[in-house]
Amino acid sequence: MELFLQTLVNGTLIGGLYAIIGIGMTLIMGVMGIINLAHGQIMMIAMYITWVLWQFLGIDPLLSLFISIPLVYVLGDLMARYLLYPLMEKESILPENQVLMTVGIGMVLVELARTIFTSDYRSVQTSYSDIVWRLGHISLSVPVVIDFFIAIAFTGAMFWFLIKTDIGRSIRATAQDKEAAILMGVSAKKITILTFALGSSLTAAAGTLFLPIYYLYPDVGPIFTLKAFVITILGGLGSTVGAIAGGLVLGIAETFGATYISMGYRDAFGLIIFLLVLIFMPGGLKSLTKV
Amino acid sequence: MLKLENVNMSYGDIQVLWDVSFEVKEAEILVLVGANGAGKSSTLKTISGLQRVRSGKIIFNGEDITQLPAEEVITRGIVHVPEGRRLFNEMTVEENLVMGSLNGESKKLRSQTMEECYELFPRLLERRKQLAGTLSGGEQQMLAVARGLMAKPKLLMLDEPSLGLAPVLVQDIFDIVKSVNKQGITVLLVEQNVQSTLTFCDRAYVLENGKIGISGTGKELLNNEHVKTAYLGI
Repeated sequence: MELFLQTLVNGTLIGGLYAIIGIGMTLIMGVMGIINLAHGQIMMIAMYITWVLWQFLGIDPLLSLFISIPLVYVLGDLMARYLLYPLMEKESILPENQVLMTVGIGMVLVELARTIFTSDYRSVQTSYSDIVWRLGHISLSVPVVIDFFIAIAFTGAMFWFLIKTDIGRSIRATAQDKEAAILMGVSAKKITILTFALGSSLTAAAGTLFLPIYYLYPDVGPIFTLKAFVITILGGLGSTVGAIAGGLVLGIAETFGATYISMGYRDAFGLIIFLLVLIFMPGGLKSLTKV
Repeated sequence: MLKLENVNMSYGDIQVLWDVSFEVKEAEILVLVGANGAGKSSTLKTISGLQRVRSGKIIFNGEDITQLPAEEVITRGIVHVPEGRRLFNEMTVEENLVMGSLNGESKKLRSQTMEECYELFPRLLERRKQLAGTLSGGEQQMLAVARGLMAKPKLLMLDEPSLGLAPVLVQDIFDIVKSVNKQGITVLLVEQNVQSTLTFCDRAYVLENGKIGISGTGKELLNNEHVKTAYLGI
């Protein structure tokens, strides 16, 4: 029972971080209508930024959120403005051109990271990395708990932005009916670029928060792209609330698999769930709630 | 107020508007009638910038808006309420109204205009927290018109507001169009419901195969032999 609770808690905490990766992907999916297959790679860039700041300047990962997020925001803005948006305006045989572009971007980012940082495993050892809180028989790793609450704060801020501000409403409106949004005076270009940059920033936040818990190497990117993809499908494409649920489900499924079956197959359990969802519930969790 | 001069427009290789020229005068209700596929909706889309002209000019209050991006056309006071309502279905009634008032003056007047809209459409006030997608057809059309009014239009372009509505509701919508016009808003109405629109409009143009055919006041067209046989079935 203790093991069960412990696993559930660990899974939920990780799931909180997965959720913000998923929300970023979902926003981009909603507005641009594409799966961003460079999502995890963008997160990896944020992780390397955080690592460099810690390694060479001694900046704590939590503080480097203030640096990595804006840097990745600018990176996302540039990628959307000069690489992805121009493809939206071109008529082409393949509507998937932008998706192919994100694949290309992802590859370039991984190999760029490999060239600069080599394939070595990196990690960050903060003063609080090893501290553990005990709640009865359950132990909570301090950095993971901190990360979880920061992730919740980011999620809350994102929801506030999407619901309460004109720009947030414009993002949702564009995702629901782009042409109608344009008729309301929304610039599809601005919203597209903004959404991609925002989605990238969210995953950057996740990357920075993940660094003290995870190992970092260039190929971590594709793994997280896959996870983000799974979360988005789990939640039902384009649903922000679904992405949170999807993140939690993935986090919990992985942790349970790792605890009860085998640590080595941790990443496989998410994919098994993914297959099951595609076969038995193709609309994702969204189809359960009808929202 | 709005002038189209020899507008040609095509979707790819298929030309849909041929030398379309007409004028909308201040404070009138102008109707474009025509059969399915005559180019009525395409004309509105061209004015609002969703489609680019191949040649010709669109002039609004002296300004050439032919090349103006679609999202800026609304800032000039031209509001296009598209065919099929095109509401933001997963947003509440109130949020849809807010979306109508994103720019400039309309944004400052937002809460005031919203009050006015609720006065005009009391049903929307009852349902303001409801998702737009859950409204009935008539209510959705009211919301679409109200969302257009939120932008404080000088020219309101309505594309088939009676589409898919019960006859009673159609009359309601036309009454609303008239009352909107009384507030001094110029209305450009596209309709297939020829008989009733011709009775209350100021002027009308008949659009046939992408070309402007007959034009005149509503009464003149109601008595026109061609209109009678082709559109009124008399």
